[in-house]
Amino acid sequence: MIRGHVWKFGANINTDVIMPGHVYDQSEAIQTKAAFAGVRPGFSDIFQAGDLIVAGTNFGTGSSRPAARSLRNLGCACLVADSINSLFFRNCVNFGLLALECEGVSALVEEGGELEIDIDNWQLREIGTGKVLPILPVPPRLLAIMRGGGIFPVLEREGLIVVQR
Amino acid sequence: MGMTIIEKILARAAGKARAVPGDILDMPVDTVVLIDTNFYPAAWRDILKVEAPERLAIIFDHRSPASDARSAAAQKVGRDFARRFGISRIHDVGRNMGIAHTVIAEQGYARPGTVLVCDDSHTCAAGALNCAARGVGEPDMIYAAATGRTWFRLAPTIRYDIVGRLGTGITAKDLFLTIADRFGEHANRNVEFGGEGLSALSIDARRTIATMASELSADFATFEPDRRMLDYVRERTQVPFEAQMPDADADYIERRTLDLSSVEPLVALPDAIIGNTVGLSKVAGEPIQQAFIGSCANGGLEDLAIAARILEGRQVAEGVRLIVTPSSQAVYREALQAGYIATLMEAGAVVTNATCGACCGAHMGVLAPGETCITASTRNFRGRMGDPTARIFMGSPAVVAASAVIGAIADPRPLLGDSQ
Repeated sequence: MIRGHVWKFGANINTDVIMPGHVYDQSEAIQTKAAFAGVRPGFSDIFQAGDLIVAGTNFGTGSSRPAARSLRNLGCACLVADSINSLFFRNCVNFGLLALECEGVSALVEEGGELEIDIDNWQLREIGTGKVLPILPVPPRLLAIMRGGGIFPVLEREGLIVVQR
Repeated sequence: MGMTIIEKILARAAGKARAVPGDILDMPVDTVVLIDTNFYPAAWRDILKVEAPERLAIIFDHRSPASDARSAAAQKVGRDFARRFGISRIHDVGRNMGIAHTVIAEQGYARPGTVLVCDDSHTCAAGALNCAARGVGEPDMIYAAATGRTWFRLAPTIRYDIVGRLGTGITAKDLFLTIADRFGEHANRNVEFGGEGLSALSIDARRTIATMASELSADFATFEPDRRMLDYVRERTQVPFEAQMPDADADYIERRTLDLSSVEPLVALPDAIIGNTVGLSKVAGEPIQQAFIGSCANGGLEDLAIAARILEGRQVAEGVRLIVTPSSQAVYREALQAGYIATLMEAGAVVTNATCGACCGAHMGVLAPGETCITASTRNFRGRMGDPTARIFMGSPAVVAASAVIGAIADPRPLLGDSQ
């Protein structure tokens, strides 16, 4: 069970917003620091590990840049959106960011509200109102990669890439 | 029910008789294309084993020639990787350089019926050649290079049946903007194009549409094979391939007709395309400081040709910078031979080497605070081409060329005269 405070974004949030182009060629730390800097300056300073991000439809549309990794590095416990762009979803799986689709979540909860997410039963609950919505189940294989820290640990175990520590 | 083009290609690759939306399909990749951004320290992992070096290609395009020490270092990592694993298909600075999606088409890397991945969201461009190609993430590229495989979650397909012909001064970019305007985003959907009007569209035009499918948020974009497409590919590769047509009873989530003769010039307003397009007359007269023709979407020979027709005997307006980036050095050479480059330069355009530079705000065309640009590139997100306060309008290369002459967003049709 995951429980956390909500930071809320709208529909069609693009990857240039999540990870600005000017940090594309920089270190992971600099990329993480710049998360949402263009639309919410200082976001990476006020976001607390364990918080949640909630958004509308088509979250993460745009480029293939590793924007999902910045959210994972911020300590985002879960991203829940009405829908997630398929390229962004791949990056969530591969970088180990728990990302779930739940139609109606953006109307269910306000910024600052709290959600309880139950992956075993694929549903979430808005703490204030007690309202419950179903979550679209993630196929077990992808969920295992997502929750196991992404694809690099898998490749490391198989001896295909050098272990990064 | 039968299968769509993408369902047939992916099912075959995954070794299955049938694939339906929702399936997770695991498969070998026919072509894995690494680009310079894959070799930055935050993206790259030291790969110990490459499953099939002959199926890899390396194309430096985002900052090429290197624009700073960081990109130079990344490209050195890429060259060393190519040498270590004997990867012969490397497109570095030189005769065969270009933007990945153009090089992929020119070199015959995108073969009909095959699977291709690259870490750039506009990889769907190769769908114009009946190839199952799409942008994936940086870790996907490491995975595909090391294991030779990838996975896809199959989405439902929207089918577009093309009829009619485009009018004078109207281009494939206007057709894409029309799709975006009429139908909005296509998130988590594949798109398929075909029909009797397809033969009226050149390969360049199809590649523009397939490339821009990324801006519809679509997954895969595929085109039906026809004689023109098959000839194009056969001129470029000796490797056998099997193109895929959709089944007559393919199961589409929706089927829509596109009448090319109904397409008018459209412009996307700054920051977004979806829900943000207007008729050209609504924004005509908006002053600009920069005009850009280039990118994987609109740096093709036809794009340079229509720009040259508009700029012939005219001058770029005072206070406007017109930057033209052919999408590959091969396109650049063809445009030189056809005289387009001389015409563009005489008019005051600056013609750069092939690079993603201006389109992604990397180099050679970065915008200053408060500036206004009209672009025929791929994307107009806020901050995309430089300062976040710059405004990026998007139109066809004809609209951009006309705007460069007038100094404000303008209709190209009066400037094309009777030359059509």
